[in-house]
Amino acid sequence: MAELNITERQAGDVTILDLNGKITIGEGSVALRNAIRRLLGEGKNKILLNLASVGYVDSSGIGELVSSFTAVNKEDGTLKLLKLTQKIQDLLAITKLLTVFDVFDDESEALSSYQ
Amino acid sequence: MLKEKTLKLTSRIESVEEAAQKAAEFARDINFGDEEIFAIDMAIRESVANAVKHGNKLDETKKVVVTFFNATSGLEITVRDFGEGFAVEDIPDPTEPANLLKASGRGILFMRSFMDEVEWTNHAEGGTVVKMLKKR
Repeated sequence: MAELNITERQAGDVTILDLNGKITIGEGSVALRNAIRRLLGEGKNKILLNLASVGYVDSSGIGELVSSFTAVNKEDGTLKLLKLTQKIQDLLAITKLLTVFDVFDDESEALSSYQ
Repeated sequence: MLKEKTLKLTSRIESVEEAAQKAAEFARDINFGDEEIFAIDMAIRESVANAVKHGNKLDETKKVVVTFFNATSGLEITVRDFGEGFAVEDIPDPTEPANLLKASGRGILFMRSFMDEVEWTNHAEGGTVVKMLKKR
């Protein structure tokens, strides 16, 4: 099984990526990078990452989230995070990235924020 | 109960997972709980990833040597690479506003956050040694 499985959903002009697995050095980080690149290539630049089923992120994975954020911003888009586990929230707090990302617990609230 | 264990890992990304699994086994064997094992897991992954990537630069002829030691004070872990060494004080603080959006440079912060003590030294025969302690 792949380290990170990514399922894509569309809600209006927002693309939701449901991530399942680990975002870690190697395969998991690369899978996320490729998914974001593909969406930007398709002109989809309003992206919501659902992290509810991401059990593990290392510093490489945190770096990939940051790279995704900056790549989407460069395309005049917006990347937001949905349903952080407590551990990922702790990692974003340690790295002071909670001040960078828009984070939501509720999907409909997250989607409304793009309007 | 195990007192000490040494791993000699090949310098490739897959070794990060191997080191993490062995660290969790060792920590569980000496009665660390889940929260502590999570912290140890985070720290060993970061230190071995650094040794493989930045120390040995993915050169598979160079090993990463990891030791686990069941000390009175807790679990001591050392991770040695055979690279050129570095000065930890030269690594920029990733939480500074100017560095927040950098894609890398957070591994050392994670090691310091999740372990009780972490120190970096340059080995007399070359390479970097990271010594970490998780207290009981």
